[in-house]
Amino acid sequence: MSELLTKLHAFWSALTTYWISLPFAWQLTLKSLAGIVAIMLPLILTVAYLTLAERRIIGFMQVRMGPNRVGPWGLLQPFADVLKLVFKEVILPTNANRFLFITAPVISISTAFAAWAVIPFSNGVMLSNANAGLLYILALTSFGVYGIILSGWASNSKYAFLGAMRSAAQMVSYEIAMGFALVGVLMASQSLNLNDIVLAQNGGFSHWFWLPLLPLFVIYFISGVAETNRAPFDVAEGESEIVAGFHVEYSGTAFAAFFLAEYANMILISALAATLFWGGWLSPVQGWHFLEDTPLAFLVHTSFIWFAVKTCVFLYAFLWFRATFPRYRYDQIMRLGWKVFIPITILWLVLEGVAIVLKIPPWFA
Amino acid sequence: MVQAVIFIVLAAILIGSALGVISARNPVHSALFLVLAFVTSAGLWILLEAEFLALVLVLVYVGAVMVLFLFVVMMLDIDTTTMRQGFVRYAPLGVVVAAVVVVEIGYVVWTRKLGVTFGTPVTHAAKYSNTRALGDVIYTTYAYPFELAAVILLVGIVAAIALTLRRRPGTRSQNPAKQVRVSAKHGRIRLVKMPSGRSRGGEAP
Repeated sequence: MSELLTKLHAFWSALTTYWISLPFAWQLTLKSLAGIVAIMLPLILTVAYLTLAERRIIGFMQVRMGPNRVGPWGLLQPFADVLKLVFKEVILPTNANRFLFITAPVISISTAFAAWAVIPFSNGVMLSNANAGLLYILALTSFGVYGIILSGWASNSKYAFLGAMRSAAQMVSYEIAMGFALVGVLMASQSLNLNDIVLAQNGGFSHWFWLPLLPLFVIYFISGVAETNRAPFDVAEGESEIVAGFHVEYSGTAFAAFFLAEYANMILISALAATLFWGGWLSPVQGWHFLEDTPLAFLVHTSFIWFAVKTCVFLYAFLWFRATFPRYRYDQIMRLGWKVFIPITILWLVLEGVAIVLKIPPWFA
Repeated sequence: MVQAVIFIVLAAILIGSALGVISARNPVHSALFLVLAFVTSAGLWILLEAEFLALVLVLVYVGAVMVLFLFVVMMLDIDTTTMRQGFVRYAPLGVVVAAVVVVEIGYVVWTRKLGVTFGTPVTHAAKYSNTRALGDVIYTTYAYPFELAAVILLVGIVAAIALTLRRRPGTRSQNPAKQVRVSAKHGRIRLVKMPSGRSRGGEAP
């Protein structure tokens, strides 16, 4: 036993000396790679269990069981699904544009994952502490629409093309309202850095931006649901009208990639809503000193737990919407985006500007 | 060294995709090459530590303008044979225009050098924020030109809407506010009291 320990120790010290001997660029690359893996693996697992949670929760809302046969309480269901998808054949439709047909799901999934680089999981715990983090996320989410448009076009199928057209128009429209809502956040926090935005909300539940920016928060979240093409804005998929929309021709792993991207985007929107409007990793009971000596002291401190809890609440709302609302009519989606959300955001930005000039406490002081 | 390699790779992709824009047969491929050109030039901005400009380029051009472009191009049913019919006829004019453009670019870049002195690019400390630096300049030194540009854009928006906003008769557009305000009791349903269809003493006909 002790022999093994000494061997391990020797291995560890050799490893550290080797690490120090590496050039700085290599160290940086390896560190970034480790960070990417540390974000990606839990994220993919979360996506897997989000699909299960969705089916179970919607089942519960519709008074049925949902999948509960694979493993205890159905907990192995996501792995069964993944195995099934991996072993299916990827079928290329006739006259499809081969290169774009394969590239489209890759674009979808890579933009959905790349946006996670600037999300702060706890104070300063992020892959890249970029100054323009919020802009980076906006740019990447706007890039994600290419995955959908290209898949629809390259499939050489009218249903896929209709879905892609609908989705493109919808995402471009809601991006504007979403962008304006985010402008409100950066006006209030005076920063584009997501960690600084969370720090600007420091001070407890009532200091978070949801209160002064309540209309912007509501608009942001609804636009987020529309951006991810989730119910009730899922006209891009519209099973009852255009089969499955943009990914109707995809099967096997290519379909799984779209699926993964959609759910990763849902988690991203939820995490952003938590970060920008609900204090991110800040504790809602911040400053409750009487809890310090109890086992509940961890609740008072800022931690990853609060970030995860808040994200889960919004994810639950995504599923709740899907179980509750009927699909929007297409012209009403456009009307809501252009004629309702954008005017409200512009009005609120003006009001916020006045509040900032007047230095209204506690948010703008 | 690393930066030089990245620059050369990005510049090569940029020039390649720019050539692709004008040489691709399929207009959708041309539009996609243009997207690639925008993204690589955003990469060049990043290399110059101008992350705000880079991200805004991606956000505006790739995320909005090119999506609408693709939207239109994909809808078009372009017949390439009719497109190429007049090639020989228009070729001399095209060559003249191209030559003029090349001479102009050459004059600006080589003769006047754009007022730029070519040297090593400026590097900034880690705390440097390109967004803040741009804002400082735009809203102080160049406040009036900036506002002027904004007003011109606003006029453009208003003009575009004024040109396209017209009520055509015969379209089946719906007014959601009116639909929401509908009340079943007032005017939609008329309840009529009807006497029973059964005739006295016998079965219904």
